[in-house]
Amino acid sequence: LENPESILLTGKSRRLEAIIELFIRSSGWIVIASVVLIFVFVGKEAVPLLTSSEVHKEVTVGKMLAPYPEAGFSWQPVSETPKYSLLPLLIGTLKVTIVALLIALPIAVGAAIFTSEFAPQGVREVIKPAVELLAGIPSVVLGFFALMVLAGWVQRVTGVVIRLNALNAGIGLALAVIPIVYTVSEDALSAVPQSFRDGSQALGANRWQTAWRVVLPAATPGVFAACVLGAGRSIGETMIVLMASGNAPTMSIDPARSFRSFSATIAAELGEVVHGDPHYRVLFFIGAALFVITFLLNLAGHAYVGRLKRKLQG
Amino acid sequence: MTSRWIKIIAAGFTTLTGFACLLILIMVAIILGDIIVHGLPGVSWTFLSEPPKAGMTEGGIFPAIFGTVALVILMTLAVVPLGVAAAVYLQEYAPQDSKLVHLVRLALQNLAGVPAIVFGLFGLGLFVGFAGGSIDALFFGGHLTFGQPCILWASLTLAVLTLPTVVVATEEALRAVPRSYREAAYALGATRWQVVRHVVLPQSIGGVLTGTILAISRGAGEVAPIMFTGAAYFLPHLPAKLNDQFMELGYHVYVMATQSPNVEATKPVLYATVFVLLAVTFALNFTAVLIRSRIRRRLRST
Repeated sequence: LENPESILLTGKSRRLEAIIELFIRSSGWIVIASVVLIFVFVGKEAVPLLTSSEVHKEVTVGKMLAPYPEAGFSWQPVSETPKYSLLPLLIGTLKVTIVALLIALPIAVGAAIFTSEFAPQGVREVIKPAVELLAGIPSVVLGFFALMVLAGWVQRVTGVVIRLNALNAGIGLALAVIPIVYTVSEDALSAVPQSFRDGSQALGANRWQTAWRVVLPAATPGVFAACVLGAGRSIGETMIVLMASGNAPTMSIDPARSFRSFSATIAAELGEVVHGDPHYRVLFFIGAALFVITFLLNLAGHAYVGRLKRKLQG
Repeated sequence: MTSRWIKIIAAGFTTLTGFACLLILIMVAIILGDIIVHGLPGVSWTFLSEPPKAGMTEGGIFPAIFGTVALVILMTLAVVPLGVAAAVYLQEYAPQDSKLVHLVRLALQNLAGVPAIVFGLFGLGLFVGFAGGSIDALFFGGHLTFGQPCILWASLTLAVLTLPTVVVATEEALRAVPRSYREAAYALGATRWQVVRHVVLPQSIGGVLTGTILAISRGAGEVAPIMFTGAAYFLPHLPAKLNDQFMELGYHVYVMATQSPNVEATKPVLYATVFVLLAVTFALNFTAVLIRSRIRRRLRST
């Protein structure tokens, strides 16, 4: 200690200490409260959708799920008779999530296996910072890249007619998902004790057999958690999808067509709505639903990480 | 299986996983290469110091840089004290394995997974609508002052979003402080806060710094949370008060990329802006990684 007197307790410093300790002790509660407040304040704005007869003249949850008599399932919130079918948005969200996961999961898990099981130290020191670099790219930059560069390439390679489609947005989204899946899977694979590998190789298995039959099964909960967390990220990701999807709320499951996701719908439309009108309520309702879905996926993901830890320790 | 087959499968498996690694490297190289090649030539002193002109096809991005810096400074002022306090609480104060600690960790994990756009809705509901509306009603006689999107509310929204980053980095540093340091201080009669203030925190300053820098880098790049809580397409003046709107780099990229009437004419400016945003983010991340690796080395040596 440079200045021993500074820690002598005077009346004033005792009061200050009490205040600071109160802040520290309440900080834990503030963290918990912020998660609760997110749900409360997003949910609160959506509640009139369930209760207000004023809002029900234009839209109800039932109407959002059922087809409209003449227009079928359509999302046209700004028209003569506004239509709020969620199905086109659900299809769009699932379409891009599936494309993104089909691309990201094999690459990320494969790369994680290679890094932890086969790669020499030098390769490891290149791939890990590269993934961190990718993780550090803001999603608006990935969206920009998907919009300005990827879209053209995808169009040239596949010959699709519509420039902004689910394939292009899915690749862009995969770039955001790969770092999460890679990091969590790699952590899980590295957490498998070296003795498992030694034992397997002592029995005559080669490194491929060890990786496939011993290490991967041992790390399964962690790799599964990585996939769940990746899915959560891709369902919630906004900017990439907003910029690269074409934003057309179609009912098509064709990845070569434009689409509209839940998150992009909020981002694209909230700026235009009147505070408190039915359209505003519907957007907050979608936000609350996104919160609940991603919350559950995260909960599941972290539960699997916990299970892996117990499995490897026990 | 014959041993020949085993060898073929083994080689195939290794090649495939290695190819996945290579693919990631190639993707990162392509993205960075494309942005550097097209973006770097557009960056000049004029570009960094002038406002946009001619419908954003000429001029610079100074207001967006200024807005981003102001935004992250306000965010840092909010998130660092709270994040450090929460980390100190988890590591130094709370009884380990208590229900509350589990709950706080669960909250942090889930906070990190909440979609950015939901933070935007949350900021609009809690800060702009509730807090801002209440302040206006109490202090400004209902006159619209803080009950509108502005830099204060946008920065607080980002502070909630980056809270887990600060807590996780600080906690890692607190864990690296040897137990014996604490015990020695307690043995000298120090109170718990004195141990934290004079022994543990000075030793963990690197972790606090890492967390702060990572939070700034994350906050500077997020667009969805600030779209409805304060960012503006274009402003003729810089933000001067807490309740002013502001321009921001990431939002500027989004606006130029999607709302421009003439995409080709905007392209050079757009690429240069993306380059600046990416350069700032990477510079921050790189600094954080350097500090973190120093802490980790110390952790291993103790």
